[in-house]
Amino acid sequence: MSPDQLFGQLLVGLINGSFYALLALGLSIIFGLLGIVNIAQGAFYMAGAYFSWLMLQTLGVNYWAALVLSPLMVALLGVVLEKFIVFRVYGPDHMPGLLLTLGLLLIIQGVFVYIFGAVARPYPTPDALRGGWDLSFVFLPKYRVWTVAVSILVCFATWFFIEKTSLGRTLRAANENPVLTRAFGVNVPALMTFGFGFGVALAGFAGVLAAPLYTVSPLMGVDLIITVFAVVVVGGLGSILGAVVTSLSLGVVEGFTKVFYPQASHMVIFVIMILVLLVRPAGLFGTEK
Amino acid sequence: MTEPLIKIVDLHARYGSSHVLHGVHLDVGKGEIATIVGRNGAGKSTTLRAIMGILRSRTGSIRIAGQETIAAPSEHIAWLGVGYVPEERGIFASLSVADNLLLPPIVAAGGMSIEEIHALFPNLRERGRSPGTKLSGGEQQMLAIARVLRTGASLLLLDEPTEGLAPAIVQRIRLAIDAMKARGQTVLLVEQNLRFAVKVADRHYVMENGRIVDVMDRAEVATKMERLQRHLGV
Repeated sequence: MSPDQLFGQLLVGLINGSFYALLALGLSIIFGLLGIVNIAQGAFYMAGAYFSWLMLQTLGVNYWAALVLSPLMVALLGVVLEKFIVFRVYGPDHMPGLLLTLGLLLIIQGVFVYIFGAVARPYPTPDALRGGWDLSFVFLPKYRVWTVAVSILVCFATWFFIEKTSLGRTLRAANENPVLTRAFGVNVPALMTFGFGFGVALAGFAGVLAAPLYTVSPLMGVDLIITVFAVVVVGGLGSILGAVVTSLSLGVVEGFTKVFYPQASHMVIFVIMILVLLVRPAGLFGTEK
Repeated sequence: MTEPLIKIVDLHARYGSSHVLHGVHLDVGKGEIATIVGRNGAGKSTTLRAIMGILRSRTGSIRIAGQETIAAPSEHIAWLGVGYVPEERGIFASLSVADNLLLPPIVAAGGMSIEEIHALFPNLRERGRSPGTKLSGGEQQMLAIARVLRTGASLLLLDEPTEGLAPAIVQRIRLAIDAMKARGQTVLLVEQNLRFAVKVADRHYVMENGRIVDVMDRAEVATKMERLQRHLGV
């Protein structure tokens, strides 16, 4: 085992972990505020990648602009869906929301397959992030380092927003007791729409980051979302930092499994999930309700 | 004569299929302190929840500051200048004491500053960083009251603020209600503690089985204490 290979897998693990983290954060926010287990998160990730590819092809919009515009477009898509469809399944029972968003995942995916075909489309790495740094023992591709760094930054910014700002305080309150928060004069339904848009925008952002690494295809989200759900189960809902730490660690565990026992790499996270469920059903960072 | 700050006419309310309020008539003028007294289950808390729009299935008329609110969503009612202190206090576990205090939006100018609130409830200053639900029961009640003093609300709905609290804390809460009166705020207080109610209020509405069955002014209370106690079954 060369250190180069090991380090390479560490980086791949961290990248996957970053995507898990961005999607898991969005899931936690949406579940906390709306009580919806949003399976469609995978479709919003895919849409984020597609929107950037589409803008580049048709309007020549570059990667850096897409990094801002694509998540905004995904947020807009999310807001429209929440306003017209998702709000109908709010309630104490989580099953209707789960089924509805599974349907949305399949429909959004189907629409993209119908329009663009199931072919994977390459997305060029932006010039400034081509190449890498040769540290003699390992080669560090710039784009991969960038992906991990900017993901962690966005996760931290999300944590700061929710824990340290007044809008974040109101979100936490609406999460805990929506009825009383409304009685204080807060427009909680609007806040829920915002929360859904924000949560799916995080997935869209991950999609833009993923576009140059993997190819852009309509089915790219569905594989990811299943793993992300396992990650969320391991980490438990409720703690932002917990979700980020769990995501990155599981990404790395998965990466190393590829080196040492590749056959198990696709199931290692699910095995960990089962073990965690046996010992701590609320997840590593979750609290029992 | 000007219209009272809150005027309730023929209010009916339901929890699911059970009809809880059967035509409540009640009004409180600006700057007045009124109580709703009555036995458990008479509909006192329900009346406050219906005013606040938390209980949605209600009919009749509730006019606040001249506006009809019977069909308004809860968040609009708050912006008419209504502050609500629920019976269960409603302190947020996921927010610190300071964040609980800052949570409700300022709905009108003229609310208390944080300094004034800390002067009224010194305990809250010291415990600012603890999670809201780590406070004692009495401190949670002070926090729940302090929270609506900051917002500039002109009508305060207090649901059993002295329930289960030690005399020293009840005294603090009385000071807070005196401060509300001094600031010209209007208070509608649900209270089981008759001794407390007669000390602070200008008027008492007696509620039974979802209706107001008697009204007494402060001056009448002394002579009609026996009647009041009979209503409450004490």
